[in-house]
Amino acid sequence: MAQIFPKWTNKVPKIALLSLVCVTTGIVFVFWYWFSPYNLEVGYQPIQPVPYSHKIHAGNLGMDCRYCHTGVEKSAVAGVPPTQTCMNCHSLIKPNSVKLAPVRDSFKTDLPIPWIRVHKVPDYAYFDHSAHIAASIGCVSCHGRIDQMTEVRLEKPLSMGWCLDCHRNPEPHLRPLDKVTDMEWVPDENWKAVAKAKAKTLHPPVESCSGCHR
Amino acid sequence: MHRGDLVLDEDLVKREDLIRGGLGYHDITEKVCKMAETPFLETHKGWLVGFALAASTLTMFVLAIGYLIWEGIGIWGNTSPTFWAWDIVNFVFWVGIGHAGTLISAILFLFRQKWRTSINRYAEAMTIFAVICALIFPGIHVGRIWVVYFFFPIPNQMDMWPNFRSPLLWDLFAVGTYFTVSLLFWYVGLVPDLATLRDRVKNKAAKLLYGLFSLGWRGSMRHWVHYERAYLLLAALSTPLVLSVHSVVSFDFATAQLPGWHTTIFPPYFVAGAIFSGFAMVQTLMLPARLWLGLKDIVTIKHIENMNKIILVTGSMVGYAYGIEFFMAWYSGNEYESFTFINRAFGPYAWAYWTMVTCNVITPQLFWFKKLRTSITVSFILSIFVNIGMWFERFVIIVTSLNRDFLPSSWHYFTPRIWEPIFLIGSFGLFFTFFLLFVRYLPVIAMAEIKGVIANGDDHHA
Repeated sequence: MAQIFPKWTNKVPKIALLSLVCVTTGIVFVFWYWFSPYNLEVGYQPIQPVPYSHKIHAGNLGMDCRYCHTGVEKSAVAGVPPTQTCMNCHSLIKPNSVKLAPVRDSFKTDLPIPWIRVHKVPDYAYFDHSAHIAASIGCVSCHGRIDQMTEVRLEKPLSMGWCLDCHRNPEPHLRPLDKVTDMEWVPDENWKAVAKAKAKTLHPPVESCSGCHR
Repeated sequence: MHRGDLVLDEDLVKREDLIRGGLGYHDITEKVCKMAETPFLETHKGWLVGFALAASTLTMFVLAIGYLIWEGIGIWGNTSPTFWAWDIVNFVFWVGIGHAGTLISAILFLFRQKWRTSINRYAEAMTIFAVICALIFPGIHVGRIWVVYFFFPIPNQMDMWPNFRSPLLWDLFAVGTYFTVSLLFWYVGLVPDLATLRDRVKNKAAKLLYGLFSLGWRGSMRHWVHYERAYLLLAALSTPLVLSVHSVVSFDFATAQLPGWHTTIFPPYFVAGAIFSGFAMVQTLMLPARLWLGLKDIVTIKHIENMNKIILVTGSMVGYAYGIEFFMAWYSGNEYESFTFINRAFGPYAWAYWTMVTCNVITPQLFWFKKLRTSITVSFILSIFVNIGMWFERFVIIVTSLNRDFLPSSWHYFTPRIWEPIFLIGSFGLFFTFFLLFVRYLPVIAMAEIKGVIANGDDHHA
């Protein structure tokens, strides 16, 4: 009886098996690497309605973060300041600047400036700024060097894995409570021992889903 | 009466022939291959009607699943405190049915029970299709099917990893392993028969397909040596699975703290129930098939009687388990446990409980009578009863325990909506579609194995 299949088909099962393994690994890798927030989210830098510069205010002028983001120590959200906060100074400083025109308009019409949110966490993740400040985590740990950014850019991926990295080992991110908003603070040897002891008193949710997904 | 239906007197010296009618090698090949070799246009009308019915039901099932994914599991009646209902009942029901195939193919093989050869192919196919039906239910009951990959240990940016302490995960792996091994076992057994079909069919496309799946089988001595060894190894691998898979399914319940679920008897009780329901389903499918496919000489009354004996044994175990559950509820002195069992038998779901008891405890006892267990009609009717009873058993375990939990203020009588029966019937559509395709295009009897057990195997003239 004549053969149904030519001889080269003997190789097909081996090649198919090998390709299956490669394709499966490849797909997982593509999703894990390119579809992750490290690749898709980091670097997000929308154009804001007002060209407000954190570099000038927080960097050069040395204003404390909490002057504008008043809720950070008390509530879940740090809060975007109302136009009135801007006008505390800008009614006297550069009162005729063209760049500040939208701020003055907002002040006159009582309509808020439509700032675009850069740091977003999904609704199903329960994040609380006050808890993190109380645990002495610095702003810089999650937001990067805001004091060097002319326009705010997303520095960290804000992915679940990234959250868990710190929740599993918060020690390197701890600092004295009065240095929380300090962007340039570096720990000394003395502090490292303190941080080690302090880390043991913290119990951030690690494996319990409902710690963050309530 | 057909000679295959005749009950012969027990001969203690010489066992009766497994295959009747003096069939030779060639007769068996002819008989078994007949259906697969019928040209498409000459397909039997009965098969067409059956297939149309099954395929329409399957279509309904697929549409219903689409609607479920679109709308969410709120279309079912599941609500606090009964969050598991028909979805999990159907899952356990189908997984249980799947157990007969492996028992027949693996355990009976290792025990050298030659009568298994007449029914193993059929039962294994049933196993595979039942496990497919079973796997669908936990898959769709999760609600957000697009994140179903959470089940698997795949690296991801969420650092999300399956919880290996959860019995639900063990369940996934147990049933997944079971499906893989059963499929392999079934397929390995099919290879020589597929080669027979490949060599016989005239149609080019059919030749190509049978050729593809028979993996170049030539029937040489070397092939047979490897084949026998592989088959034996797979049988050894599947044997523990018969016991482990349904044990793990029972852990879904037994590791919970709910009264009525939290008992140590669960694993053996579930395994006995699974084999019981599986054999009943084999009977339900086999009895009409041997008639319609003309296989009465191959699947004789002896086979049917043997299966009925297994139904009797496992059915008695199940009945014993029901009894011991009540005993333990009383003996434990735990008021919640006692309440749950009294509530099962005399509470709002008493109708379901007594349906279960009637079908699972009383009906198999009828098989003590030889006259009844060798009657085709009685076997068929009782097998249907057992199928119904075993569905109700899972319903009773799941729903009666859940609907009245520790807090009386949250008690709520579970009522299914229109969608629950649609999903149950739909899964039967899937099952029968696969089954009819199997009957039509694959050898329903393990020809190569049967030829090893026929009495007049000496008249070999090829």
